[in-house]
Amino acid sequence: MSVTTATDTAAADRAAAGTSSQARLTARHVSKAFWVEGEQDPTIALQNVSLTIDEGEFVCIVGPSGCGKTTFLNLVAGLLPYDEGSIEISGKRVNGPGRDRAVVFQQSRLLPWRTTFDNVLYGMQLHRRFSEAEMQKRAQDYIDLVGLHGSERRHPAQLSGGMQQRVNLARALATDPEILLMDEPFAALDAQTREFMQAELLRIWQEAGKTVMFVTHQIDEAIFLADRVFVFGTRPGRLRAEFEVPFERPRRLSIKRSPEFLALTDQIWSLIEEEASRAGFMQPAPAESRS
Amino acid sequence: MTVTSFDEIAAPAPKTGALPERPTKSYYQRNDGFIVGTVSAIVAIVFWEIMWQAGFIDPLFFSGPSATLARLYRGLWTTGDMIPHIIFSAQNFAVGFTCAAIVAIPLGIALGWYRTPRMILDPFITVLYSTPRIVFVPLFVMWFGLGFLSKMVIVFLSAFFPILLNVMAGVRTTDDQLLGAAKSFCATQGDLFRTIVLPATVPFIIVGLRQGLAHGLIGVVVGEFFAGSKGIGYLIGQAGTTFATDLLFACVIVIAVAGLGISAILQRVEQHFQSWRPAQS
Ligand SMILES: Nc1ncnc2c1ncn2[C@@H]1O[C@H](COP(=O)(O)OP(=O)(O)O)[C@@H](O)[C@H]1O
Ligand SMILES: [Mg+2]
Repeated sequence: MSVTTATDTAAADRAAAGTSSQARLTARHVSKAFWVEGEQDPTIALQNVSLTIDEGEFVCIVGPSGCGKTTFLNLVAGLLPYDEGSIEISGKRVNGPGRDRAVVFQQSRLLPWRTTFDNVLYGMQLHRRFSEAEMQKRAQDYIDLVGLHGSERRHPAQLSGGMQQRVNLARALATDPEILLMDEPFAALDAQTREFMQAELLRIWQEAGKTVMFVTHQIDEAIFLADRVFVFGTRPGRLRAEFEVPFERPRRLSIKRSPEFLALTDQIWSLIEEEASRAGFMQPAPAESRS
Repeated sequence: MTVTSFDEIAAPAPKTGALPERPTKSYYQRNDGFIVGTVSAIVAIVFWEIMWQAGFIDPLFFSGPSATLARLYRGLWTTGDMIPHIIFSAQNFAVGFTCAAIVAIPLGIALGWYRTPRMILDPFITVLYSTPRIVFVPLFVMWFGLGFLSKMVIVFLSAFFPILLNVMAGVRTTDDQLLGAAKSFCATQGDLFRTIVLPATVPFIIVGLRQGLAHGLIGVVVGEFFAGSKGIGYLIGQAGTTFATDLLFACVIVIAVAGLGISAILQRVEQHFQSWRPAQS
């Protein structure tokens, strides 16, 4: 059955990724500024960000809007040059996009004139790494893995938002990246679909065994998904804090209602609230909410 | 029903357990635009013919449907006196329009994609496009004579700019988000071009060709009208000065049918490339 094949391909990719406990991603003192036409000073989008992500780890980045999450992801993806510091993937310095990374964007950015199947092929065709026969097989396997069997011949306009993001995920996974970069991929989905997609992503991540850097502004999403959560602060954008998430895997959606989960959410929320109020988005939190 | 995704699990199951039937449409529902249009055209023509038969129309200044068709039959078949003119015009148009498409499509793509040549050519394109091309007719007659060449150049110039400008606009409005996604997968310039810019520009190419077609038809008629002794445009001029209204109307029909025919072909081409678009009513 095709589902077993999908698992086999994912498992083969996972095994080939090796088991070295070397850091997958290392960012050291990364800074990035934007000069905007007609403005006196540059916008410091990121200042002195240092972090590492280990092989096979699922890491989330949360922070208030405008704190530089997307900018950081674009720097890692090689879509923007950084001003200072260094970013390395498996010890290789990032300068431009590479076959070791794949991005899942917020809007699914699928080619509207291609079917599901051909959209999943697209990333691999651009990478020019697999043979034609391999590409066909991998596309089908990852379509099965993300649960889109039967929708291969549909065009993006004929898919729901959740299904489009599955195509997007399959397109990225099929290229067999060393690290998967996701920028608020579920932000445009309704609450219910989002929860299903989170659970689905964890299942797929466990089968595919990829390193994931997942950007979101939703704290509960970050805690539910991640091994570690990085909290970014704003003005200038920088790394504020790092939290280990203790829940064991596989995780069920019901842990979102456990006291430990809510306590961690609270802790991160008050940090972000502080950041947001510094940026002038809301009134400062009452003093007693922080002990 | 096979469950393909959580999206469908999340949706409430139909109560009856039966799948809804594919909605059926009657022949009229599927073709309402065509049917209503045809009926209104027939009504207008019948009314016109009645007025003609009743003698309300002065044949010196206007013609009737039956007289026009009779003249057309004579011109195309019995005497065939319209045939050489039609062939001459068709050649002018075909060569001029084809050359315009062959030059304007690649040039439009290149100018849409590369900034420097666009900046260099922009003043010329703007001036030439905003000047009515008819003013160049005397110039072309001077340069290329009264025959085939000057007519062809007029058609070329008429059809060229609508195609060029539409193609440029198509390339320049290509979705940056798609380009960014492709770049993240290490796309080369050639990849971006082949897999995104070109397919995204197809609808603009078709629109450009259709506009170019309309302008080109004007060009061929106007060119022959002004100078020379052959072609549909010349025939219209002759018919006008000799009060041969039936011939004049017959020429109009020939031009209208040519325009509709080429337009229909382009529409088929467009449908072929646009089958992925969600159906619109
Ligand atoms: N291309 C750009 N030009 C100018 N400023 C930018 C650009 N991209 C982002 N910024 C600025 O950098 C900051 C961080 O933006 P972004 O990374 O998009 O934040 P986030 O994704 O966390 O909401 C914001 O202040 C934003 O205005
Ligand atoms: Mg963002």
